[in-house]
Parts: sequence; structure tokens; C-alpha cells
Amino acid sequence: MTDTPIPYYPPKKHRTHEVCGAGAVFFALVLAARLDGPVIWVREAWQGTQLTPSGFHPILDPAHLLIASAKDQTDALAVTEEALRAGAVSLVVTELSKPLDLTAGRRLQLAARDGKATALALIPEGMGSNAVETRWSCAPVFDPQDSTHQRWELIKNKSGTLGVWDVRWDHSARRIAVVPPVGQRPGSTGAPG
Amino acid sequence: MASDRVLRARPAEGPFALTLIESNANRLYCLNQAAEDQGLNRGMSYSDARAFAPSLISQPAHPQADERFLVTLRRWATRYCPWVGLEGRDGLVLDVTGATHLLGGEAALIKDIHQRFARAGITVRVGMGDTRGAAWALARHGGGVAAPGQMLEAIGNLPVAALRIEDATSLALQRLGLRTISDLSRAPRASLARRFGASLMLRLDQALGTQPEELSPLAEPPHYGTRMTLPEPIGLTSDVMAGTSRLLDQLCAKLKAQETGARVLTLTLRRVDQDSQQVELRLARPLRDPHRILPLFQRGVDAVDAGFGIDQLRLEATQVEPLPVQQLSHVATGRQDKLDDLITRIGTRIGLENVQRFLPADSHIPERSFLIAPAAHSRPEPGWGTPRPRPLILFAPEPIAGTGAQPPRQFRWRRMSLTTGRATGPERIAPEWWLSDENWRSGLRDYWHVETRQGRRLWLFHTPQSPGWFVQGEFA
Repeated sequence: MTDTPIPYYPPKKHRTHEVCGAGAVFFALVLAARLDGPVIWVREAWQGTQLTPSGFHPILDPAHLLIASAKDQTDALAVTEEALRAGAVSLVVTELSKPLDLTAGRRLQLAARDGKATALALIPEGMGSNAVETRWSCAPVFDPQDSTHQRWELIKNKSGTLGVWDVRWDHSARRIAVVPPVGQRPGSTGAPG
Repeated sequence: MASDRVLRARPAEGPFALTLIESNANRLYCLNQAAEDQGLNRGMSYSDARAFAPSLISQPAHPQADERFLVTLRRWATRYCPWVGLEGRDGLVLDVTGATHLLGGEAALIKDIHQRFARAGITVRVGMGDTRGAAWALARHGGGVAAPGQMLEAIGNLPVAALRIEDATSLALQRLGLRTISDLSRAPRASLARRFGASLMLRLDQALGTQPEELSPLAEPPHYGTRMTLPEPIGLTSDVMAGTSRLLDQLCAKLKAQETGARVLTLTLRRVDQDSQQVELRLARPLRDPHRILPLFQRGVDAVDAGFGIDQLRLEATQVEPLPVQQLSHVATGRQDKLDDLITRIGTRIGLENVQRFLPADSHIPERSFLIAPAAHSRPEPGWGTPRPRPLILFAPEPIAGTGAQPPRQFRWRRMSLTTGRATGPERIAPEWWLSDENWRSGLRDYWHVETRQGRRLWLFHTPQSPGWFVQGEFA
């Protein structure tokens, strides 16, 4: 498909990727819809936020999504590795609260390669792991005409260059479309934490 | 029998009875010998019984438990002969034809039954005869063994009630002067049949053996367990898995014969020191394919401490579900199978109920517009659709400073200073009054979709009935 002229998107299959920022959940959902297949979303049970299917169903069919609530990050990583290795899902999304060490990152990378699945970690700002293929920083951008405007920034790429793209969600086509960046507006510099 | 069952669990001295409320009257359901000696009988009202025997100890009856107890006894009674059926609410019927010599004859068999029941604390009355009717009559009225071919001599002196006939019929027969079975057998058949119907004659003929009567033994419930005892203890994981594989093959053959699939499997590993360890496997859907179940045991078996070695393996399907044989189809189902196996494997680590999926629910309250159900016990459902956009994530309402019905121009949320760029709303959502929800005590909510100049798109609500502003969700 050539719907998006963003290079490196969708990110390389069978690798691990990371995304941070306020638009990370949106990025993960859009990627899940794009990869088209069952998705496992691993999160720690104590987290207070709740993914809302009545909100995301225009992007991703909730029937494709399984939620695994693990009790801590160790379990969450184990579940992620298991799910990647099984080869039954196309994407495993993991919400992380602590930075990964190199060993854990590498294990996930190997599991993704063996199971032919893509891994995406939702990380807090600035807690990236060195083992990932790409890291994205996503944030919504205010746009008076459009309420789905996002800025996606590729901030780490093992096999290419970095870049910034402004995208919007196209409801009728159910996909991402690149738009020209909005001008510098008061308060639109960078994503608030 | 019912009172014996209760007394076995909690012995009591003196008269004891179980009571059951039948058609608005509390009546005696079952009573022990001491109570019968005091003149009480079954079916008597409880208050009368208390008047007769002030020291009567009673308990409410539990007919379902009695039924289960009787089925247990039935299974035990297969030690005497293979054909055992239930007889009424407190009887067993055994077809011991060809089985008595194993215990040394009929008298020895009856003595053995008496001894074993006495040891278990259960009062038993046994009768044996050529026919089921004669045995019933002897068991209920007297007891003993009827000599072969001499049914009339054996039961002739028993009252007509011993013929398994209705109370009204036996009362009417007694009024006619036909008190015993031999009286009845001498009476003219035609007029009796005209007066009481054919069933009386049928019962008489069945007792005397001129009409056949079948005995239907209860089918044994299928048992989904296999075990293997080893001559030498084993300790390697691969050995245990190889043993499990053999057991699994046998078990799956059983499951297949019954067209069922296992939902929960328990592998018990008994160690040399008599300690036993259990590995429980909960499957995401019923299965009976050994090649798929075996790898799922790996994680549980790895965690077992073998100690000085394991010398017995026992595998049991503790929960089974029907799994009919299905037509193979050309549509590949491999991926779904893999996904189910994955759910099982994840379930062994974090608990099967923690692997969930979303199901639509019929509610306009945002946090109740979906259900979270265990993925192993549900199937995805269609039917997502909301009239208005909803946020991607929801959280517990977080208060912000703000007054009035319009969203604040500027506010602070999570230590960020935000400026409202555009606000869409309000969308009024009323609480569901038929459910009491703590979070909705503040009454109506006016929801606003607020896009801030800083980028974040938030879902704010205002509660007009107890003024305040809150942030509850975030859009894409």
C-alpha cells in the first residue's frame, strides 16, 4: 500500500518498536489496524487508565483485541515474549512503566523474529531501550479545522534517517493521511509531558 | 437412610428425625430406630412428633444430598455384582445372579452386606428372591432369603402392601379380607382385575415370577482419569513429559469416545516420599488433541520439585465439556487454534481470567458501555457503535478548577497549564437511577470535548447539580 508516504511506516515487521508521548495509544491502535490480525495488549493490572472500545472502534475492531492484565512488569514481559513467540498474533502491544534493560529488550527482539510478530512498547517519555528498531514520539497537535491532527516524530531508527510528519486520521478510508505541518502557533511547540 | 447419613456426620443419642416441609406442613421425612420405638412414624407432622417425644432431635432434610449418597452407595455395591440399580428413594436393587458363589453363597452374601452396613452406621434390610418383586417384599417386610422356585411360600404370609401397590389399593384389599399375599393369590383373578385394574395382578405375577420384570442398572458415569506407576523413580523433566504424553494419549482416547473435551486437567505427581505435587492446566477451550495439550504442560512440569524422584503419575480431566466431532473444512483454522493455545499458555502464568476481551454492553454511561469478559469463556460479538465520539482512554474523574456551565478558558491538569482552543458540547448524560453507582452521586453530567491549544484533546464534564469540572478521558 502506498497510502502513506511516511518512510519507515508501518515500522518493520517482526521487530520491536517503541512509542512514547501523549499520542502513543493512538499510534498503537492505528498500527494494530494496519497490521490486520489478532492483537494482544499487555498491561499491568494496577494501571488506572482504561482503554475504551466504544472510543477506538472506528480505528480497530475490538473483536481483534485481547487484553492481558499482568500483575507486574516481569509478568507483562513474560506474557509479551510468550505471545510474540507463539506466532498467533500480528502485534503485541506492551505498556511499560520501567525502562527495559538490554537483556530484556534483546529477548523480545529475538521472540519477535522467531514468532514473526511485531512488538510495540508504550513507554514513558525518555525511557527507551537500546535494542529496539525504531522509536516514535507521538503527540496530538491543535488544529482549528481538524480534531485528529497528530505529530509523529521518529526519534530513533536503526536502519535509516529520522523525521517528523504531521498526520491525521481519515475516517472514511480508515487510515492515516499525511498533512502539511501546521504553522507555529502559540503553545504548539512540542508535546506536553 | 437419610437420617443415618446425617448421623454418620454428627452422631446424636436418642430419637432423631429429619423434617421436610411438604405442602406447607413440616413433616417427618426420615427417623431413626429410637424415634420409631417411641411411636413416631414417617409422614407425621413435626409438632405432633414433638408432643409424643419431647426429647426428639431434628434437622431439616436435604433430599438432594440423600440422592447423591444413594448413588455413592450404588457405586460401592458394585463390589457384589455388576448390575446395581436404584430402587425408590432409599433402596438399591442388585442382580446377584451368578455372583453369590464369589462370597460363599446367598446367606454369606447377606451376612456380609449386613456387617459392612453396620460398620458404616447404616441400618439396612435385605431380602433376596427369584424375582425382584419377592425380594422387595422380603426386604421391606421381614427380610430373608426365598428358596428358589418357592416364591409363594416365602412371601405368602406377608401383607398385601408388600406387593409395591398403592396405599389405597392395599387398604381396600384389607377391607375385603384379603390381608396376605397368599389370600390374594387364591382369590379369583378376573373379579380382582375388574375391581382394582390390571396393575394389581401384574404386581402379583411379577412377585411370583409368572411375569418377567427387567432390572435397569444405572450406567457408570465416565471416569476421565489415567495413571501410571513406575518401577523406578524418575526426576528428569523430559521423562515426566514422556510419561504425561502416554497418559494423555489414553485420556484423549477416552475423551474422544465420549465426544467430550477437557477444560481443566490435573496432573498429580507422587514422589517417593509420598508427597504429591499437582500441576493444573486450564485450557482456553475444550480440547482432546494430545499433541496440542502436551506442550501446554511444559511450564507447569518445569516448576515441579521432583525431590528424590517421582514414582506415580496420575492425569485426570477434572472438568470436561461436550466437544462433538466436527467435519474437517478446507478453511484453515490453524491461526484460531494457535490463538487459543496462546491464551492457555498466558493463562497458566497470569490466570486464565486475566486474559480478557471487550464485549459491547447496552448502556449510555461511558464506563459501562462495554464489558470485559475472560477471553476463554466468550466469543467476540459485533455491535459496536456510539452516536457520538468517545475518548480512547478513560480514567477516574480528576477535578480541575472551573466555574460556570462553559468549559474554563484556562485550566491546570496534571501539572500542565492548558488553554481551551475549541470546545464541542455539551452532551448531557444522566445517571442510571436503577443502579446505585458511587461515582454518579453528583448527578447529571455535561460532557465537553475540549481541544487544547497545547494539543491534548480531553473529555471534560461539568456537574450542574453539584458544580464542578472534571477530566475523565482523552481522545486521540
